[in-house]
Amino acid sequence: MYLRVIMGRVSLPVVRRSSLADNVAATKRFTRSRKKSMRTAHRVRISNIPQPPSPGCVTLHTFPMKNATPVPIPASGTLPDRWRMDADAQIQGSEEVLAWLELDLDPALRFASGIVLLTDRRLLAKAPHEAEFSEWPLRAGLELQLHDHAGAGALELFDGPTRLGVWRFTLGRNPAAQRLALRFEEVRDDIVSGGEVRRPPSPLCPRCQAPLTAGQDECPHCAEEANAPPSTWTLFRIWRFARPYRRQLLLGFVLTLAGTAATLVPPYLTMPLMDKVLIPYQNGVPIDVDLVLALLVGLFAAAVLAWVLGCARTHVLALVSERIGADLRSSTYEHLLKLSLEYFGGKRTGDLMARIGSETDRICLFLSLHLLDFATDVLMIVMTAAILISINPWLALVTLLSLPFIVWLIHLVRDRLRHGFEKVDRVWGEVTNVLADTIPGIRVVKAFAQERREAARFRQANDHNLAVNDKVNRVWSLFSPTVTLLTEIGLLVVWAFGIWQVSRDEITVGVLTAFLAYISRFYIRLDSMSRIVSHTQKAAAGAKRIFEILDHVSSVPDPAQPVRMESVRGRIELRRVGFRYGNRKILRGVDLDIAPGEMVGLVGHSGSGKSTLVNLICRFYDVSEGAILVDGVDIRDLSVSDYRSNIGLVLQEPFLFYGTIAENIAYGKPEATRAEIVAAARAAHAHEFILRLAHGYDSLVGERGQALSGGERQRISIARALLIDPRVLILDEATSSVDTQTEKEIQKALDNLVRGRTTIAIAHRLSTLRQADRLVVLERGEVVEVGKHEELISREGAYFQLYQAQARNVDIEPDDPAWQAIPAPGGRIASADPA
Amino acid sequence: MTPFRLSRSASGRLVLTTAEGQVHEGVAVVRAFPIGAPDEGVALVSAEGRELAWLDRIADLEPGSRELVEEALASREFMPEIRRLVRVSSFATPSTWDVETDRGDTSLVLGGEEDIRRFGRDALLIEDIHGIHYLIRDLGKLDRTSRKLLDRFL
Repeated sequence: MYLRVIMGRVSLPVVRRSSLADNVAATKRFTRSRKKSMRTAHRVRISNIPQPPSPGCVTLHTFPMKNATPVPIPASGTLPDRWRMDADAQIQGSEEVLAWLELDLDPALRFASGIVLLTDRRLLAKAPHEAEFSEWPLRAGLELQLHDHAGAGALELFDGPTRLGVWRFTLGRNPAAQRLALRFEEVRDDIVSGGEVRRPPSPLCPRCQAPLTAGQDECPHCAEEANAPPSTWTLFRIWRFARPYRRQLLLGFVLTLAGTAATLVPPYLTMPLMDKVLIPYQNGVPIDVDLVLALLVGLFAAAVLAWVLGCARTHVLALVSERIGADLRSSTYEHLLKLSLEYFGGKRTGDLMARIGSETDRICLFLSLHLLDFATDVLMIVMTAAILISINPWLALVTLLSLPFIVWLIHLVRDRLRHGFEKVDRVWGEVTNVLADTIPGIRVVKAFAQERREAARFRQANDHNLAVNDKVNRVWSLFSPTVTLLTEIGLLVVWAFGIWQVSRDEITVGVLTAFLAYISRFYIRLDSMSRIVSHTQKAAAGAKRIFEILDHVSSVPDPAQPVRMESVRGRIELRRVGFRYGNRKILRGVDLDIAPGEMVGLVGHSGSGKSTLVNLICRFYDVSEGAILVDGVDIRDLSVSDYRSNIGLVLQEPFLFYGTIAENIAYGKPEATRAEIVAAARAAHAHEFILRLAHGYDSLVGERGQALSGGERQRISIARALLIDPRVLILDEATSSVDTQTEKEIQKALDNLVRGRTTIAIAHRLSTLRQADRLVVLERGEVVEVGKHEELISREGAYFQLYQAQARNVDIEPDDPAWQAIPAPGGRIASADPA
Repeated sequence: MTPFRLSRSASGRLVLTTAEGQVHEGVAVVRAFPIGAPDEGVALVSAEGRELAWLDRIADLEPGSRELVEEALASREFMPEIRRLVRVSSFATPSTWDVETDRGDTSLVLGGEEDIRRFGRDALLIEDIHGIHYLIRDLGKLDRTSRKLLDRFL
């Protein structure tokens, strides 16, 4: 008796990222420029691979003892309260519930709730829309099958060929379903063999089957990621980066304070100028020249002081903000590099570049200009208010009357403006997205003569951008003039009230003049203050996007206490490895042991999961189920960079960075000596062609560098892998993109590389895997055959068919182009879809 | 006249018998354009993933087979169509949405705004964190509140 776990039997044209490329452009977001500044908008998803939620990782060992009173629902479990009553009513005596699956779909796949319970003697189920539980006592012949497709899973109960029941659920419940199915098998076998129902010897993580240590409730690898949205007060988080500069910031603040105070002196001096000089003169008193001189010198001194302080302040704060911006940029990039391939797969290059480039710049600008202005404005208002109140409280009260109105107005528009600007950012994304799509694919565009369509696509995105901007500008254009209008009205009120007070001799003309001088400054500041709203919102939006990168936890996290491995021997064990990408199951139940030094060839049609398996071994992604062990240690317990330094990877299309050939060869080991580099190049059969180049090892390659052929680039990448002397070598279609002649040369280089290392090679051309110790044939994510070439041929199975299909082509014409055209697209490491 | 016969086995699987008498059990019915043109282009695919038959239109089938095909599609295809957004937990992602769909009320967790993809002019495809796809067939036909909520993510 065994449990068949059948997953999605047909690989289906589920809508995939790549196939949607055209349309994605319309919704993806990027950078935009508004008034010349580049900004971005693009959200980081917390996880590209859906992590099924709890109760995925609740252990199975916490159930009460058998002789417990009939409250068999484990306290630490997650059987929801609403099912508890129902379940209790069904449970008899000492029966205990071992596993359950909450259903959220009915057979017609409509949302509805039901439950399947597994006890130590029965399977109980209450299907959606049914009033009563159905039960099936466990016995031989009963089998549970689990499969899923396009986000909906099915659990089917079979008695031989007859289906007794089918229950449906969404993928979020899949871990619970898997746990139930596994436990079902164990319990049924125990009952059939007549023994006690055994408990699992040691608790296992239900998702990855990894043993859990005592007291561990959840498998650390499967712990669920938080689904909480990031805080909206993101701008304050910049403090983390501002902290190192707090002294300079304090100095800047003091300078601001002093500078602002200095600018408030002149209006104060107009009071005596008016009351003691001008008005007495009008009334026939001669001008006091000394007093006038003193006042004018005071005014000049105040102006000069304000100028000096202002310069110093701006200089200090601009310096600081520029440094904060630079730190932010470096940290974000550093963090970005640590994220998994999966993250890069889900993001567009242009967007990430824009975030790190222009977003940080915008935040920097905000800190150095707008925030500074705002701080000055606030200080100015507070000081002005204090001065006004000290001169005449009543007039001050009237003067400040329009302040609440403006605050209210700012508050009113703030939200609308922010959403508007966010939208503008995202729409700008569409515009750049079209560019990012088209420019790298320009050969295709031209080959199919689609320039016109691409232009139209761009125009459409641009028009959309225009429309959204128009909408925002409507609100914005209303905002500023309204503030101005209110200030004018405020001035009017001060005039009226002031004249009335002057007429009653409560204040002098000088006081009124000073008030008017203050208030006009005051309102100008208020007006500019209102602008801070949009700047803050823009900077906040930018900060949010930056912190989205910074907050993103790598989906291949470094363990808290990594296991140190002195020397890797190169034994690789795959234990029931499963991998899911989106709702597509790519690998299921792969078991494989690779001995140190063994060469294993992975064979299968494209899409059979070969590249995914290699990606998992490299830990570019983490397994969804099962575990990968290297020398007996789970690779998730090793530090990522330590682990990868033991792996040499040769890809189908080698990537050369801009730099010299020597630098490219030494990429994985920058401290390599020239002799080492040459030795590696020799072993990779690259030495001779490198010498033929004009500058030898110093020839520039990569973008805009020396053009090299595919075979030459490949041999450089082989030299690169040779130089780091890895224990584990992975060849992913290393010879697929070159002709047979070149392949032979590369093959010679590879032979040097493979020697004595654990090697996993993927190849479409089976001939390249002749010297493999074992061949592993994959078909739709499962291992179907393992063995030597001759064995597999004599078995006449899947491998034989593959071999025959290729051999037929060879027989006709060895160098037939059709032979070259055997599909070799494979999934490249850097592609978004690891299939 | 179709060159094959469809029936259902005791195990609930779809069985296709070709004109030559070949029997395929566990046949899956697959739409070629589930979003763009759900009623055109339907393939019958064997358990091994090979195409056994192609139907230009489901309506072309004779009544008995048509029901079987439609039944199979109903239990296989899962792409709830969102009719209304009732509530969203936040405008920052991840965000939990309470929605009304053609398959009843449910809630979904949106992982990031890039999981909302525009499909053609009016349709949106929303992928939740579990990889379940939700469809909004016509953005213009949603009510005002839903559109307003949705607008904050677009």
